[in-house]
Amino acid sequence: MANVFTNIGDWVTERAPNMMPAYRKHMTEYYAPKNFNLWYYFGSLALLVLVNQIVTGIFLTMNFNPSAAGAFASVEYIMRDVEWGWLIRYMHSTGASLFFVVVFLHMFRGMMYGSYKKPRELVWLLGMLIFLALMAEAFMGYVLPWGNMSFWGAKVIISLFGTIPYIGGTLVEWIMGDFLPADATLNRFFALHVIALPLVLLLLVVLHIAALHEVGSNNPDGVEIKKGPKGNRWDALKPADGIPFHPYYTVKDLVGVGFFLLIAAFIIFFAPTFGGWFLEHDNFIPANNLVTPSHIKPVWYFTPFYAIVRMIPSFLGSAVWGVLAMFGAIAVLFLLPWFDRGQVKSIRYRGTGYKVALGLFVLSFFMLGAVGAGITAEVIPEWFGNVDVTFWENLFGRTMTLIYFGFFAFLWAYTHFGWEKTKPVPERVTTHD
Amino acid sequence: MTKRQLLMKRYIFPLVLAFSLIVGSVSVQASEEGGLPSAGTNVQDQASLQRGAKLFFNYCVGCHSLKYMRYERIATDLGLSEQEVMQNLNFTGAKFGETVVSHMPEESAAKWFGKAPPDLSLEVRAKGADWVYAYLNSFYLDSSRPVGWNNTVFPNASMPFPLWELQGLQTAEMKPAKTGADPEVEKLVLSQPGKLTPAQFQQATRDLTSFLEYASEPAALERHHYGIWVLLFLAFFTLLAAMLKKEYWKDVH
Amino acid sequence: MANEVVDHGRRRFLTATTAVVGGIGIVSAAVPFIKSWEPSARAKAAGAPVTQSLAKIEAGQMLSVSWRGLPVFVLNRTKAQLDTLPMVDSRLVDPKSDGASAGQQPKYAQNEARSIKPEWLVIVGICTHLGCVPEFVPEIKPEPFDPDWKGGFFCPCHKSRYDLAGRVFNGVPAPKNLQVPPYHFVDDSTIQIGVDPKEAG
Repeated sequence: MANVFTNIGDWVTERAPNMMPAYRKHMTEYYAPKNFNLWYYFGSLALLVLVNQIVTGIFLTMNFNPSAAGAFASVEYIMRDVEWGWLIRYMHSTGASLFFVVVFLHMFRGMMYGSYKKPRELVWLLGMLIFLALMAEAFMGYVLPWGNMSFWGAKVIISLFGTIPYIGGTLVEWIMGDFLPADATLNRFFALHVIALPLVLLLLVVLHIAALHEVGSNNPDGVEIKKGPKGNRWDALKPADGIPFHPYYTVKDLVGVGFFLLIAAFIIFFAPTFGGWFLEHDNFIPANNLVTPSHIKPVWYFTPFYAIVRMIPSFLGSAVWGVLAMFGAIAVLFLLPWFDRGQVKSIRYRGTGYKVALGLFVLSFFMLGAVGAGITAEVIPEWFGNVDVTFWENLFGRTMTLIYFGFFAFLWAYTHFGWEKTKPVPERVTTHD
Repeated sequence: MTKRQLLMKRYIFPLVLAFSLIVGSVSVQASEEGGLPSAGTNVQDQASLQRGAKLFFNYCVGCHSLKYMRYERIATDLGLSEQEVMQNLNFTGAKFGETVVSHMPEESAAKWFGKAPPDLSLEVRAKGADWVYAYLNSFYLDSSRPVGWNNTVFPNASMPFPLWELQGLQTAEMKPAKTGADPEVEKLVLSQPGKLTPAQFQQATRDLTSFLEYASEPAALERHHYGIWVLLFLAFFTLLAAMLKKEYWKDVH
Repeated sequence: MANEVVDHGRRRFLTATTAVVGGIGIVSAAVPFIKSWEPSARAKAAGAPVTQSLAKIEAGQMLSVSWRGLPVFVLNRTKAQLDTLPMVDSRLVDPKSDGASAGQQPKYAQNEARSIKPEWLVIVGICTHLGCVPEFVPEIKPEPFDPDWKGGFFCPCHKSRYDLAGRVFNGVPAPKNLQVPPYHFVDDSTIQIGVDPKEAG
């Protein structure tokens, strides 16, 4: 038996001499720093979720009916009449939310340990493109069940483009293919969701990993292991602080996968709507173009960005400023490697100012999420009694928006003018023997 | 780092994270339907579902459909035979495999009530069990409304109250009206008792809500059934993977 | 660095165990996906047994009933038509339906007339060659496709011929007799297609 495999292997190698070396390059001969901590699980988990979304998505398309008349009923058909359809659908809907959980944590890890800094700017940029494609993918997927939130979500998000001066109105009609979200909109979103964007995502993920493996992984100490001493028990020429990705990180990631699947399975089997956060109550009502849901808000992972749109008032008779701010909130993330001029990567050795700023940035992101999800509107009257809710909510939301953008401005000044007092960075990772 | 600190970092933190997520999800679910008393429904209670089904098919199906729910599925999930369902619950002459459609033609319903009675297949998922339960307990006589009924949970609902012979007649005591505002309901009182005592009626509406909760997601029964085994399996797998990792990482110093 | 002895046995054992348990997990996870291809509750409801009254089908007449989307022919055979059956036995592939066509009917219809009651033929109108619907040609007269025609079914696609019990003739492309679906008599003038007499009790 083993002989057969060897023969097949030889046969392939003879015809494609670079295929086996490519596998080795990315698995057994990819030397990753040995000091990865908990934060380094989320990359492989994102890949796992991507695979889950593709497999469950393929099976959902087998019974989904992408038409305004049939979409809602076909989702219920999957939930009730198709054998195990409920499981496949919940795996997909839960996967969508967990995708963002994992990706947000992955991005935060990058910020914390300076993984976006030279020489890994390209990895960061590709990652940000993945995030952008993922947001588009998630939005279009959210529209497909054609519940009332799907419909109004589509309407509001597409209307963002309507704020662009001169061409906005035409652009909105062009995107929808109608004068309101309708059959044509659903059909094109379906095509984009199930084939176009997944292809883009896959390509970007391949490039993201390829770019990473060119420069090698960063680590919690922000030390370049390639610049350190050479020679370890596996290879005399490889970095002393590196270990082969396979088997060491494959088995380690397997533990992460186990934990992650436990959490995912708990949600899928015991709380698939996650209390209305992953699947919203109003989306169990079919699309109705005459009644806007009274609690309209985007699904949780868009709420911070949605809050920014809401916090910026119209100016000079145009609503474009809020939309610009929202896209700006994503654009500044793209430019993070150039805002941050500091030489020290890891938060472990950075100045106090940086630590405080990053903490405030994360806080502002959560708080904007709370504003966008309508939590502040509920909590303010509960805590402070009879006050002007809109005034205080706007004040709070605008402060948080300021902090969000302020982080990037501060980071630039802090590092550009040399205000940061860093600690000495060790020569090698801290766990070396 | 000491060994203990390492242990904390490696295992305790992920456990705490997982635990807080789970607790968070449960508390989120518990707190979401602000202000309404808990319906106390339980879709695992088959007897309650059966009683609820009987109420639904006697009092509700005249106007409301369950257009995604098949008679056959109801029989299987509620532990009823084909004969029991077809004789006691199905009054429309639909086939066993067909879905529950009310007899009422939609256009005339829209004429009588101002709008067509909604399909109830997903009512509990859209509004929550607590809301449905409270709604069923909050009808009162109001001669100013076209159908003679009003509701404190859903003011100016266009639905007459079909369960009045069970509950009896409730009337509203109004708060002293503020100037320039519509009068508000202070509380509801039972002015004429029905066939059931208030406690019995609450149980009946709880059963009915349970049935509608089941109808809004029949898969919930399977979910809970398989969920336990999946979690146990994954816990076992994770344990194995952790042991495997520990073994291999003996190489790494 | 002193005790750097790798316990290869334990390592192999753990690797194998994790792989097997993980494999079981992946296979179990695949089951719901495979099962999702089975006929759904809607398809099953649409393919439910069909009840058909025989009251209006006169002697010599045939009715086509749809069951699971298939045409089921219900033919009320006259005495004269039944008498033609033994006459063609010698020209058939499997006149007793116990050879190649043994699986083409339930046990209770494995007889000369291939039916529960001789006069009532209930048969799936799908040619056993490539799935076309054969035409019903009842008259006993020479036909272009058979000068000695005693009445039966003729498939327009590839010229397969069957007699009035749906039994296939020699020398045509179709290999087997037409299929008899499960059915039973609810009462003297009503049949239900899709349910065996035994299941109906």
